[in-house]
Amino acid sequence: MSRPSRPSRPTRRQAIGVTAGTLAGLALAGTAHASTSPAKTGHEGHGAPEAFDEVFQGRRIQGVPGAGHMHHGGGYAVRIDGQELHVMQNADGTWISVVNHYEPFATPRAVARAAVVELQGAALVPLA
Amino acid sequence: MAVRKNQAHLTATEKRRLVDALLQLKRNGKYDAFVTTHNAFIMSDTDTGDRVGHRSPSFLPWHRRFLIEFEQALQSVDPSVTVPYWDWTVDRTPSSSLWAADFLGGTGRSRDGQVMDGPFAQSAGGWPLNVRVDGRTYLRRALGAGVAQLPTRAEVDSVLAMTTYDMAPWNSASDGFRNHLEGWRGVNLHNRVHVWVGGQMGTGASPNDPVFWMHHAFVDKLWSQWQAMHPGSPYLPTAGTRDVVDLHDTMRPWNNVTPADLLDHTRYYTYDTAA
Repeated sequence: MSRPSRPSRPTRRQAIGVTAGTLAGLALAGTAHASTSPAKTGHEGHGAPEAFDEVFQGRRIQGVPGAGHMHHGGGYAVRIDGQELHVMQNADGTWISVVNHYEPFATPRAVARAAVVELQGAALVPLA
Repeated sequence: MAVRKNQAHLTATEKRRLVDALLQLKRNGKYDAFVTTHNAFIMSDTDTGDRVGHRSPSFLPWHRRFLIEFEQALQSVDPSVTVPYWDWTVDRTPSSSLWAADFLGGTGRSRDGQVMDGPFAQSAGGWPLNVRVDGRTYLRRALGAGVAQLPTRAEVDSVLAMTTYDMAPWNSASDGFRNHLEGWRGVNLHNRVHVWVGGQMGTGASPNDPVFWMHHAFVDKLWSQWQAMHPGSPYLPTAGTRDVVDLHDTMRPWNNVTPADLLDHTRYYTYDTAA
C-alpha cells in the first residue's frame, strides 16, 4: 500500500524532539556492535534484523536487537527520539507498530519511518 | 432485543441519541476503559504466543463480546441506542453521510490530521483523547490517505465464499475465512478499513474513534452472513490448542464466556436486514 508523500522538512516541534532525543539516544551507544549481525529475511523465523540509527524527517530513529519491551515479548526495540515504539513481528516476517497497527512493513526501519510520518512531530507516550 | 441498523439509515433523532450516549460515556470515564482494554490486547496478542483479541480464531467472538459490552454501556445511558454498522462496501467515500458534521464529522485537516467538525472534534470540547500512543489529544483522521480504496462487495464476497473458519497455525499466517476477513492475508478487509480511516483508527488505540464500533459491527455482521452461507462449517479449533482460544475455552478479559457462547448473535441482538 502506498502512503502519501509528505514534506520532509522538519517542523520546529520536530527539531526540538531531536535535541531531546539525542541525549536519550546516547544510552544506546553501547549496542552498536549489534549492527554487525546479519539481517535475516522473515521466513527464517524470528531472528532479529540488524540495528539501525539514523535521522529521518528530523527524528532520530533507532533499532536495537535484543532490547525489546519484555512485557510484550519483543526481542527488538525501536526508539524514536529515545522513546520506545512498541513493535511486533508477524509470522510472515513483516513488522507493525502500535502507531501503524493494521499495516505491515518489511523491516523495523520501515515501521519506524512510517511511525515518524504518522506522528507528524508528536512525541510517543511511554509504554505501559 | 437490540436491533443493529445500517448507519446510513439512521434518523436524525437516532444519530443524535447515539452521539449523546457516546459523549456521556466519555464524560463518565467508561469509554476510555474500552480503549485501554483494546490497546492492551492488541499489544499482547502475538503470532507465536498467547493470542485472544486479534490474529487468532477468537478475533471474531472476542470483538462480538467486546461490542456487546460496549452496547450495554451505551444502553445504560440511553436504552434506545444500539451500535449501528458501517457497510464500507457501499458507503465508501469521505462524502458519505457517516462523515457529516451531524454524525461523526469528517476527515482531518492536512496540517496535523485534526478532525475539525462534528461532535468529536477537539473544538467541540467533549472528546479528549486520554488513552493514546502519542502526545496528541485530539481526534485525527486521514480518510483514504493510507490506502486509496475501501474493500468492494466483490472482495467481501470472495472472502465469504471460503468454507473453512480458520486453519493452523491459527494466527496472521493462516488461510481460511477468519484471517482473510481480519485482513492479514489476501484481499484484506478489516485491517484495510482501519488504514483507510487513518488517525487513531490506524493505531492500537483505535476505539478512540467512534467509527471503530460501526466498523466492527459490520465485520461482526459479515461473520453472521458467513455462518448463514456455511451452516456446516464450525468454529475452529475445537480443543487442545496451545496459546489459542478453543471453542469451549473461556476468553480473557471476561473469563466467563467462550466462543461457543457467542456463535449465535440472535441471543444478544438482531439486524435490520437478514444477516
